[in-house]
Amino acid sequence: MKSLEFKNTRENREGLRGWLDPFRYGWERFSYWAQRLTGIFLLIYFIGHVYETSSIVSGKDAWNTMLELTQTTWGHLFLILVIGTSTFHSVNGIRLILTEAGKGLGKPSRPDYPYHPSSLNRRQRSGIWIALTLAAVAMLYGTNILLSGD
Amino acid sequence: MKIHYITGVGALFVVALHILMRLVVPYASSLEYGYVVSNYHNFLYAVALESILVLIAVHGFNGLRIILLELRQSPLWENGVTVATIIAMIALILYGTRTIIIANGIGL
Amino acid sequence: MAEKIQDSEHNKITLKIFRANTTKGNTSYFDSYEIPVQRWTTVLDGLLYAKSHLDTSIGIRYSCRMASCGSCGMKINGFPRLACYTKISELESSEVVCEPLPNFPIIRDLVTDFSQFFNHHKNVHPYIMNRTDESETSTSTHTHFQSPEDVNKYLQFSYCIKCGLCYSACPTVATDVKFPGPQALSQLYRYYSDSRDAGRKRLDIVDNRHGVWRCHFAGSCSKVCPKGVDPALGIQLLRSYMLGISKD
Repeated sequence: MKSLEFKNTRENREGLRGWLDPFRYGWERFSYWAQRLTGIFLLIYFIGHVYETSSIVSGKDAWNTMLELTQTTWGHLFLILVIGTSTFHSVNGIRLILTEAGKGLGKPSRPDYPYHPSSLNRRQRSGIWIALTLAAVAMLYGTNILLSGD
Repeated sequence: MKIHYITGVGALFVVALHILMRLVVPYASSLEYGYVVSNYHNFLYAVALESILVLIAVHGFNGLRIILLELRQSPLWENGVTVATIIAMIALILYGTRTIIIANGIGL
Repeated sequence: MAEKIQDSEHNKITLKIFRANTTKGNTSYFDSYEIPVQRWTTVLDGLLYAKSHLDTSIGIRYSCRMASCGSCGMKINGFPRLACYTKISELESSEVVCEPLPNFPIIRDLVTDFSQFFNHHKNVHPYIMNRTDESETSTSTHTHFQSPEDVNKYLQFSYCIKCGLCYSACPTVATDVKFPGPQALSQLYRYYSDSRDAGRKRLDIVDNRHGVWRCHFAGSCSKVCPKGVDPALGIQLLRSYMLGISKD
């Protein structure tokens, strides 16, 4: 949008560069970035999953061929990544539903030095840490089942 | 965004159920053709799968649509993105429903 | 590693300033200046030293020098800050890089154009709207009654100095030109939650595809706000009204 007062200005939107460097602005910005990234990854996985499971309608041989392709070490590692990202995305998503509804952010009050914002508190931030921890636990559990089982 | 919240929470429950079904028997045997087809024969489970399909397709493509809407704002782009994601959503749901219906009928 | 700046010594640091003159084309570059600093020297002090002793052509916008007017916002070492409110010693670096605020069109050097930012602000009708109770506006005998609890609901949001730091930190503003930005949205909440205001229709202004729903609580706005306004809180509280979770 061209400015109204000055004839010569140069557009200066940060663009996608503004989405990089997730820790410059703290944990909440990291959560924004991680939620988007895991979301896109899971969407791609979901499309692939719907396609791969459709092989069941083509009979036992087609199904087993699909299993041979996916039940490999790389396939298992990919699935472990899916487990981790979906756990993080879900738990962080619940946290976002709560915080975006105004819960856990504290109340407006009279600001005083050092002007620490009440919304960036440990209570809601711990939701991110819990999400990361649960994702790690889920990935460990998945590794246990997929890579050291039968 | 309201759709996003509702489909997100709804999907969480049914996806958890779907994952549990792979864990009530040893993992590898839960992927055997016969066992999977018997899962599809269970009507309630087929309904659960269908609801996962619908909820996650809506949640996922709506999320993609949100990300794309924030990237560019011309009317052509916005309308194009909305139409494209809705079409992709419906296409995926139809494709997945085909799998569920056919698999439900296998061997019957 | 930067040395701790001692009171008695005059340390020098390098000040790198972004230079661009949009009337003379699109090129930009950085100029470096060595400036003496003491423990209390602010970035604005450094910039004004460079401007008065080293290069009078530097374009800077400033006014009150005490974090009250919001004029001197700029990106300092990659982070949006007020130049008058940032001591060089707190940056803990021997090089200070000053760039214009992102997401604002550049006019010259460190001076940016705030007209779109102000337009977003004007669009949310930042004034009390109350046609039914005109006790303060008519020649009547009493004022709007407002208890201290009523005031506390919106007071922190009224401290906004329109410095634009939140607007430049926001990831949505970085790519979405129609998004009003955290400042306008939290000012909308400031008036919505003011008990003197009866403008329920305010919510319709931002209840659209590029309004409040494009905020995803990245919290960067509150992180950079120098006055403790906490716009992220204002926006989420606004959203709670729009979702029907909070009721008036």
